[in-house]
Amino acid sequence: MNDPILEMRGVSKTFFGIKALRAVDLTVYAGEIHALMGENGAGKSTLMKILSGAYRPDPGGEIRIEGRPVRIEGPLGGRAAGISIIYQELSLAPNLSVAENIYLGREISRSGLLARGAMREGVGPILQRLGADFLPSTLVAHLSMGQRQLVEIARALHARSKILIMDEPTTALSAGESERLFALIRQLRAEGLAIIYISHRMDEVYALGDRVTVLRDGRLVGSLDKPEIRADAIVRMMVGRDVSSFYKKDHDPEAGRGHPVLTATDMSDGRRVKGCSLTVHAGEVVGLAGLIGAGRTELAHLIIGASPKISGRLEIEGRPVEIRTPGEALEAGIAYLTEDRKALGLFLDMSCLDNINLAVLGRDAWLGGWLDRDKARERADRAFTGLSIRAANVGVNVGALSGGNQQKVLLSRLLAIAPKVLILDEPTRGVDVGAKSEIYAIIDNLAKSGTAILVISSDLPEIIGICDRVIVMRAGHIAGEIRREATAPLNQEDIMALATGMEQLDA
Amino acid sequence: MHDGSTRAKPDSGAAAAESKRQRVRVLIRAAGMLPVLLILCIGFHFLSDGRFFTGQNLGIVLQQAAVNTVLAAGMTFVILTGGIDLSVGSILAASAMAGLTISKLPELGALWLPVAVLTGLGFGVINGALIALLRLPPFIVTLGSLTAVRGLARLLGADTTVFNPSIPYAFIGNGSLTLIPGVISIPWLSVIALLVILVSWLVLRRTVLGVHIYAVGGNESAARLAGIKVWAVLIFVYGVSGLLAGLGGAMQAARLYAANGLQLGQSYELDAITAVILGGTSFVGGIGSIWGTLVGALIIAALSNGLILTGVSDIWQYVIKGLVIIGAVALDRYRLQGSART
Repeated sequence: MNDPILEMRGVSKTFFGIKALRAVDLTVYAGEIHALMGENGAGKSTLMKILSGAYRPDPGGEIRIEGRPVRIEGPLGGRAAGISIIYQELSLAPNLSVAENIYLGREISRSGLLARGAMREGVGPILQRLGADFLPSTLVAHLSMGQRQLVEIARALHARSKILIMDEPTTALSAGESERLFALIRQLRAEGLAIIYISHRMDEVYALGDRVTVLRDGRLVGSLDKPEIRADAIVRMMVGRDVSSFYKKDHDPEAGRGHPVLTATDMSDGRRVKGCSLTVHAGEVVGLAGLIGAGRTELAHLIIGASPKISGRLEIEGRPVEIRTPGEALEAGIAYLTEDRKALGLFLDMSCLDNINLAVLGRDAWLGGWLDRDKARERADRAFTGLSIRAANVGVNVGALSGGNQQKVLLSRLLAIAPKVLILDEPTRGVDVGAKSEIYAIIDNLAKSGTAILVISSDLPEIIGICDRVIVMRAGHIAGEIRREATAPLNQEDIMALATGMEQLDA
Repeated sequence: MHDGSTRAKPDSGAAAAESKRQRVRVLIRAAGMLPVLLILCIGFHFLSDGRFFTGQNLGIVLQQAAVNTVLAAGMTFVILTGGIDLSVGSILAASAMAGLTISKLPELGALWLPVAVLTGLGFGVINGALIALLRLPPFIVTLGSLTAVRGLARLLGADTTVFNPSIPYAFIGNGSLTLIPGVISIPWLSVIALLVILVSWLVLRRTVLGVHIYAVGGNESAARLAGIKVWAVLIFVYGVSGLLAGLGGAMQAARLYAANGLQLGQSYELDAITAVILGGTSFVGGIGSIWGTLVGALIIAALSNGLILTGVSDIWQYVIKGLVIIGAVALDRYRLQGSART
C-alpha cells in the first residue's frame, strides 16, 4: 500500500487525572474506509475531537499528515489540516440555503456584500459530483436527513479535506438513504479520500470497512484487515471477553399459547396507522418490525394514548379499557419505552433517583403529596444493583451517564410500575455492546415473570435473537406475522420480504 | 454535559473523585449568589461609614425585600416550568384595590385580606388555563393580562386612590414580631416573606407536585409521556404566581393604607424576574432553587438601600443596579461554565 495519509503515534489524553486515551497508534491510508469501533466511553469521540482540534492531546504523542508532523489547534485546526468531521447530530443551519451552509464562515463577498450567485456557482460542481437532487439555493430546512448529510459531505469536499470522519452517519437515515450514502462513501474512497467510519452497527462495518480498528477503555486493542473482519472477533475485541450467548433467551417460547394480555383491534390515526390489530400474550416477546416510516412508533403512540386515534379498541387481559393519555395507559398497566430517550424520555438535568421514581411518586407519597424519600432511595438503589447501572451514586444527573446507562435508568422507571405490558421502542439504539446484552437479559427475565413484551426494532438480528413472534408493518398496515417454530427459526429474509412488500411480487 | 467517551470506567478511585467533584459542584450551586450578597453588604457597610449593618437598617432592607420576595417566589414556580409571568405587578394592584374596596364595607371589612389573595389566585388561574388548555405562549398571555388586569385595577377604584386609614390587620404592613423584647424584632412583612419561601421550598422539594414542576420544565414532552398531567402543573404554577401577587397586594395595602390602580406595582414583574435570575434559576426551566430566589431578592434590596445610604443620586442608582445585575449573572455563568444553561 502507499504511504499513510494519517499517522498517530502514542497519542494520549488525560482529563482531570482520568486517562481517556492511552498511547494510541492509528494509521490510515488514502483510499481506504477505516472503521473505528468500541463501546461508548472507549475513546472514539476523544480521538475524533483531537483530530478536529477541539481537544489538545497530552504532550508526547505525534500526529503526522502525509508524513509531516502537524499540530491541530482550535476548532478550525482540523479543517486546516485537511480533516473534516460529520457529526451524528448534523451541524447545519436549517434557516440558510445549501450554498450558504457550505460556505459558512468562508463566505465570498464583493465590496462587503454577500455574493450569493458566486457561492451558488461554486458549489454546483461538488453537488453534481455527489449526485445531489437539490439546488444550491434550497433551504436546508426543506431537505431530508439523507440530503442534509450530503450537504455536510459537500462542505468537507469544498474545504478540500483529504480525511473524512463520519460519526454514526446512518443513525437518522432510512434504509434507502443509508444505501445511497454507502455508495457515495465508496465513490469517495475511489477518488482517494481516507474515510474514518465510526459505527456501532456490525452490518455497516461488514459492508464498508477495508479495515477495522477497535478501541477499549482508551486503548487501541487491534486492527483487522478485510478478510479477518468477523462479528465474533470484533465483539470479543470490544468487550474483552467471549460473548457466546449475546442474545439471552431462557423464557418459554410456547408462552404465546397462553392468555392474551394486550389486544389492540383496528387501530387507526387517519394518517400513518391504518387499521392495525395485534395481540401480545403473557410471557411472550413479540417483535414489531418494518422499515423506518412504516408506522411502528405511531402505532405504539396510539396504544398508549400519546396521539389521538380515530378508531380502535383496546383490551387488557380481556377487559376493554379506554386510554386517552399516557397517564391512563400507565394506570392500565401499559408502559412504553420511547425510541428517543433524550427528547421524550429522560429529564437530563434531574438525578437518576428522580428519573427512576417519577412514575410512582404519587403512589408512594403520603397524604396524597408528600414525597417518601426513603422509599425512593431504596427503589433507585435496587434499580442500580438489579440493572447494574454504572454511575457514582443515584444523585448524579442522568445527563452525565453513557447511553446504555441512561437507557437502563429509563427502563427502571417503567419497571417501577410493574407493567403488565411493556412496549420497547428501539431499546438498544445508541447503546454499547455490553449494555445491549444486559438489556436483552432484562427483557428475557421480564418475559419469564409473565410480562407481555412488544419490541419495536430496526435491528433485525436483535428481533430474531430475542423474539418469539414477529409482526411486520408496511405503510401503516400489518403486513404479516412470522412465528418461531422449532423446525424453522426466524430469518431476516422473511421479515424483509414482508416489510418491503416483496412477498407480494413472489406470489 | 459530559461526553460519554471522556469518562473513564468508574474504578473506585475515579468514582470517589467524581463524587467529590459532584459534591463541590452541588455546594457551589447551592451557595450561588450568596457570596455576592455578602460582598455587597460589606462594601456598603464601609462606604456608608458603618451605617449598613445596624439593626434598624437591616430591618429596613428586609422590609423592602419582602414584597418582591413574595412575587419572586411565585415567579420561581413559573420559570421552573420554562414559563414567565409578566402580569404579577398588575395582579398585585388589582388585588390591593379589591381588598381595600372590601375593607371599607362596614360588615365585611375583615374579609379584605382573603379577598385580595383570592383575587390574585383567580387572575393567576385564568393565566394558567389560557396557557395550559389553549396552549398559548406564556409570554403572550401574561403580556396581555399585564395590560388588561392593569385596566381592571383602575376600574376597581374608579381610577382614583382608595384610602382606608382604619384597615383591619394593618399590623402586617407596619408592625414587627418581637422575638427578644428591645433587642430583636422582625417586620411582619419579612416574616410573611420568609414563610412564603419556606412553604415554597417544601412544595418544590418535598412533594410529588414539586418533582413534577421540575420535570415539566426539564422536558415537557417526556413529562407528558411519563403520565404527568402537564396542564394541571401549569395551572398550578400560574395560580401560585397569581396567589402570591395577591398576597403581595395585601401586604402593600396594609403597609400604605391605600392603593392606586394606576401606580401600584408598576414594573414589579421586572424586579421579580431579576431576583429569580440572580438566584440562578435557568430561564429555560428545570433548574433552580427557591433559596437562590431569596438571595436574589435580598441582593436587589441591599443594592437599593446601600446606594441610598452612600448618597448616590437616583439616576445613577438605575445605571449601577442594571450593571450589577448583568455582572452578577456573568460571574455566575463563568463560575459554572459547562454546567450552566440559561
